[in-house]
Amino acid sequence: MKIFEAAKAPIQWEERNVTAIKGPGGRWMIPPEAKESMNKNKIGLKGPLKTPIAAGHPSMNLLLRKTFDLYANVRPCVSIEGYKTPYTDVDLVTIRENTEGEYSGIEHLIVDGVVQSIKLITEEASRRIAEYAFEYARNNQRTSVTAVHKANIMRMSDGLFLRKCREVAENYKDVKFTEMYLDTVCLNMVQDPSHFDVLVMPNLYGDILSDLCAGLIGGLGVTPSGNIGANGVAIFESVHGTAPDIAGKDLANPTALLLSAVMMLRHMGLHGYAKKIETACFDTIRDEKVLTKDLGGNAKCSEFTADICRRVQDMD
Amino acid sequence: MILRIIKILKLYIQTVTLIPGDGIGPEISTAVMKIFEAAKAPIQWEERNVTAIKGPGGRWMIPPEAKESMNKNKIGLKGPLKTPIAAGHPSMNLLLRKTFDLYANVRPCVSIEGYKTPYTDVDLVTIRENTEGEYSGIEHLIVDGVVQSIKLITEEASRRIAEYAFEYARNNQRTSVTAVHKANIMRMSDGLFLRKCREVAENYKDVKFTEMYLDTVCLNMVQDPSHFDVLVMPNLYGDILSDLCAGLIGGLGVTPSGNIGANGVAIFESVHGTAPDIAGKDLANPTALLLSAVMMLRHMGLHGYAKKIETACFDTIRDEKVLTKDLGGNAKCSEFTADICRRVQDMD
Repeated sequence: MKIFEAAKAPIQWEERNVTAIKGPGGRWMIPPEAKESMNKNKIGLKGPLKTPIAAGHPSMNLLLRKTFDLYANVRPCVSIEGYKTPYTDVDLVTIRENTEGEYSGIEHLIVDGVVQSIKLITEEASRRIAEYAFEYARNNQRTSVTAVHKANIMRMSDGLFLRKCREVAENYKDVKFTEMYLDTVCLNMVQDPSHFDVLVMPNLYGDILSDLCAGLIGGLGVTPSGNIGANGVAIFESVHGTAPDIAGKDLANPTALLLSAVMMLRHMGLHGYAKKIETACFDTIRDEKVLTKDLGGNAKCSEFTADICRRVQDMD
Repeated sequence: MILRIIKILKLYIQTVTLIPGDGIGPEISTAVMKIFEAAKAPIQWEERNVTAIKGPGGRWMIPPEAKESMNKNKIGLKGPLKTPIAAGHPSMNLLLRKTFDLYANVRPCVSIEGYKTPYTDVDLVTIRENTEGEYSGIEHLIVDGVVQSIKLITEEASRRIAEYAFEYARNNQRTSVTAVHKANIMRMSDGLFLRKCREVAENYKDVKFTEMYLDTVCLNMVQDPSHFDVLVMPNLYGDILSDLCAGLIGGLGVTPSGNIGANGVAIFESVHGTAPDIAGKDLANPTALLLSAVMMLRHMGLHGYAKKIETACFDTIRDEKVLTKDLGGNAKCSEFTADICRRVQDMD
């Protein structure tokens, strides 16, 4: 919020809590005030939520996903100059179908010692995610969309997913469409990630690839993420944990949440402010003078933040 | 007298089934045989072809001579096979897997000095359950536009692969075995897999056992692969991770692979393609097949020969003077092979 203020971004914040409560009928739900706020504003920014172990209710992230039908998880992964990793030229986006696939949660004990888990792929969800991927590519001047799959093995399920991608590709001739096996993507990704642009895939593959790509640029502490839902709802979030050991000690690195907020600004069409804040953040990191501990320095969170604010103000 | 000595010596020479394969298969197989000869390894090769034929009853099968050879010798070395597009029969690799119940796919990935990748200290092994899981091939159209794919996990297959992983760790002086899973999401299937791993771990207290989510493994693997040792996992995860790890050390051209089956059968193979564009031109890189053959020697307990050949191979690559094109040089396959042979002979 401090950085946005320094940038004079035309945003005002409405804070809400999403701790699960039990609604009428005994079903767990997010608090009505949070739900109303999201439905009204459409755009949200979210920090890490703790995962309850024995709280009796499902994960909050799952509840949010179901409440707002957050069908697309989007992670742009760009190498950050100043934060060394074995790679310098990563610039790709993973777009993961987040409602079905291998995570349907449908499992059965067939006979003693034999379990089956069902992967569900539907035409509708596949079409929807493919459409989102191509729209994203077009709106963000990306060159190509690659469908990641294992249709050679899972002919019907991944085959259906692939078919919908091909159909949607027909309506986006300005964007190059390619297909690649998941194992080939992984093999090539760790040798030369610069070959990849926008990647679209079903749930499990997306889970894996989005984390693999986050690793390429330095991990969850610097990776932005956005969840696109139905009815224009979009929630941007940092995907790292709550780090209880350093909470409240002014040691945290706000980069992931900040870059997610930048992603949010772009989604809202506020490209100028997005560029300004992102540049300030990258400049601070590249300079390597004021870095939080996880980035290799020993600055406080407030000092890191202040450095970015200063740069943002200097740009005006 | 001389005949008796020869007969005794022959007892120590083991016969291995060699399947050269297609494309560059024959030339890299020749390279391996040359190097083994230079090393005086006690191996004799029995070449067999595995092009699918139709058996009685119309079912596709591997030729009986190939099957007999494998069942007799137990150990096999295989080059790349071409995947038939419209041949009407299933992939040969699938046929081999079913014929010999090749339940474990094992890939040791070690960074190769002289072949630069973003990583220098990779030394891990992926052990993939290769018979069930997501690759059961059971799919249904539920209603129009809704398809389901079934992932099958059984207690037996999970126990078997876990046992193999711990045995491998023990026999190869590895420190730990990590079960890779998504049991937080797939509670019953991956949960069962994990449970069997934990049970088997109880019988191998000398090996450290840990568990890690697949996405966390990927996230950490590309940041610091040196933390990983032996990894065991179900089919799909193994497919992904084994290729990811091959990428870390430079790709399929330098990665060895072994398939362990029931009844003591084991087939070691290079996992790259047939490279038809360079086949027959003396340009191929035999490293993957050679390192798979080295893996085979270790499996057979012939550690001295394995070390000798592996060292010669790594020395040639480290020296960077005689390298095939894919390794960044411009030497022929035969020159690369000759260099390794020379080093092997110099070691005696």
